Amino acid sequence: MSSAVSSSVTASRQGQVLWLVVLAFLLIAPVIGLYPVFLMNALCFAIFACAFNLLLGYTGLLSFGHAAFMGSAAYITGWLVRSANWSPEAGVLAGTLFAGGLGLLVGLVAIRRQGIYFAMVTLAMAQMIYFICLQVPFTGGEDGLQGVPRGKLLGFIALDNDTAMYFLVLAIFVAVFLGVMRIVHSPYGQVLKAIRENEPRAVSLGYDVDRYKLLAFVLSTTIAGLAGSVKTLVLGFATLSDVHWSLSGEVVLMTLLGGMGTFAGPVVGAFTIIGLQNFLADRVGSWVTVIIGAIFVFCVIAFRKGIVGELLAWQQRRRTAQSH
Amino acid sequence: MIEIFGIPLQAFLGQLLLGLVNGSFYAMLSLGLAVIFGLLGIVNFAHGALYMMGAYVAWLSLEKLGLNYWVALVASPVVVGALGVVIERLFLKRLYKLDPLYGLLLTFGLALIAEGVFRDQFGVSGQQYPVPELLQGATNLGFMVLPNYRAWVVFACLSICIGTWFLIEKTSLGATLRASTENPALVQAFGINVPLMVTMTYAGGAGLAALAGVLAAPVIQITPLMGSNLIIVVFAVVVIGGMGSIMGSILTGVILGLLEGLTKVFYPEASSIVVFVIMVLVLMIRPAGLFGKEK
Repeated sequence: MSSAVSSSVTASRQGQVLWLVVLAFLLIAPVIGLYPVFLMNALCFAIFACAFNLLLGYTGLLSFGHAAFMGSAAYITGWLVRSANWSPEAGVLAGTLFAGGLGLLVGLVAIRRQGIYFAMVTLAMAQMIYFICLQVPFTGGEDGLQGVPRGKLLGFIALDNDTAMYFLVLAIFVAVFLGVMRIVHSPYGQVLKAIRENEPRAVSLGYDVDRYKLLAFVLSTTIAGLAGSVKTLVLGFATLSDVHWSLSGEVVLMTLLGGMGTFAGPVVGAFTIIGLQNFLADRVGSWVTVIIGAIFVFCVIAFRKGIVGELLAWQQRRRTAQSH
Repeated sequence: MIEIFGIPLQAFLGQLLLGLVNGSFYAMLSLGLAVIFGLLGIVNFAHGALYMMGAYVAWLSLEKLGLNYWVALVASPVVVGALGVVIERLFLKRLYKLDPLYGLLLTFGLALIAEGVFRDQFGVSGQQYPVPELLQGATNLGFMVLPNYRAWVVFACLSICIGTWFLIEKTSLGATLRASTENPALVQAFGINVPLMVTMTYAGGAGLAALAGVLAAPVIQITPLMGSNLIIVVFAVVVIGGMGSIMGSILTGVILGLLEGLTKVFYPEASSIVVFVIMVLVLMIRPAGLFGKEK
């Protein structure tokens, strides 16, 4: 018994050390010559996938329309910063809050159905938001919003400098990561897990399940919006592909491939998929879709724990083998 | 000229017919989804891709082999149905004991693969399929001019839907199928090969989707993306109707197509979202869907 406790303590220490190593690497990454825009883009998707994981991994809700929240926040921020001359921090805040508000509306409708229907309802509502983005004038339709300036953070830090922008994105990512961890470890997070494991049981224990699910949905969509807003600042544009269903599918894949219900999984998944897309884009043309689809099929058939999930399971097996 | 609410009768009826045509496709696809979901417990995201492949098989068999429309009407569902057998045997049968969400994700992956392959082979620009000679032209009904092919599509789709409904609800094969939906272990114990039936059901659903694709080929642009765009609307149709009832799926499909056509007449800007708006309203009033059962 005591050896099991001490080994789990060692394991969590190992985990902390690993995190510090990863953080140190991300801190020096632009210095050692990794392309900062790629890193920032990947970090934005890591934030997006963390938000999604809060919903799928810890609450058991599969939203198949998360791109709508990322994309609409991207449009709001882009328009406010470019056409209304808002400061970047105000623009990001507005985009994030907009996504949260939209999440509240969609969530109120979607949580009326469970399981597979929840996925279909969110997909359909996201498609509705896509068509709205296609038709309202301020999004620029098929062309999207181009030429969004990064501006000056708090009025004096020029974000046009990639290094400054990178550290801002990294700080936001770390805050989101720790925030999600905090939510999951809180009593509220424990209730979410209870709902994931057995919803009727949670209801019978007196929890107002719908309110818990709705709050999780709103939190998740708000963070997804944050990812979209920041991404617009990084890349300087927001387009229809940010609200398209294929992006909703990609975030599912990032979470699944990395390992749903693990903290590191979505981050690993996001970096893998974005890196892969970057690497393949010029080489294989439309086969990227085929490869993404094939990874999907492979993950569902044979790799449901994901990269991080498999690693944790392997570590667990090794530890039990040692303790015998 | 006769007008309805300030819109010429011919234009009004024309849009309504277009809505009916779309509604027939919604009905056929949501019917297939419902049958597959009933027996396999899988929401088949690849349904749109199978529909797309049905149209492409028809187009390819005309371009490369010179086979006409009527041959394609039979050949395409058979080819795509055979592909359905492969998909079920190779992938889907591994998922029956898992959360149904995995089925959705797997078929989503398959849809991406199919779309990518077809985009690589044929590009994103649309292909045209000629209307078969027998159905060219239009009939003047006095109050409107009815294009023959559109009339045929509505007739064919609805006959197939009613036929499928009859097969499932009124024949002994259908009774076995429904029994397997309720309790596969018990039906297996009666000596019926349930796994084979499951495979054939998926193949049948795939064939129906392909048939819809062939019927649609002459009235739409054939593109690799035609399936995904449609399947999301069909999902909304399925949520509105509820997947519990075959007749419910058919009726919901047709009604929503008509409503979409009406919206095109009166407020064209909203025509692409009207189905989703109706879905939201139905979820607020009757969460289980119009024909679904409350659990």
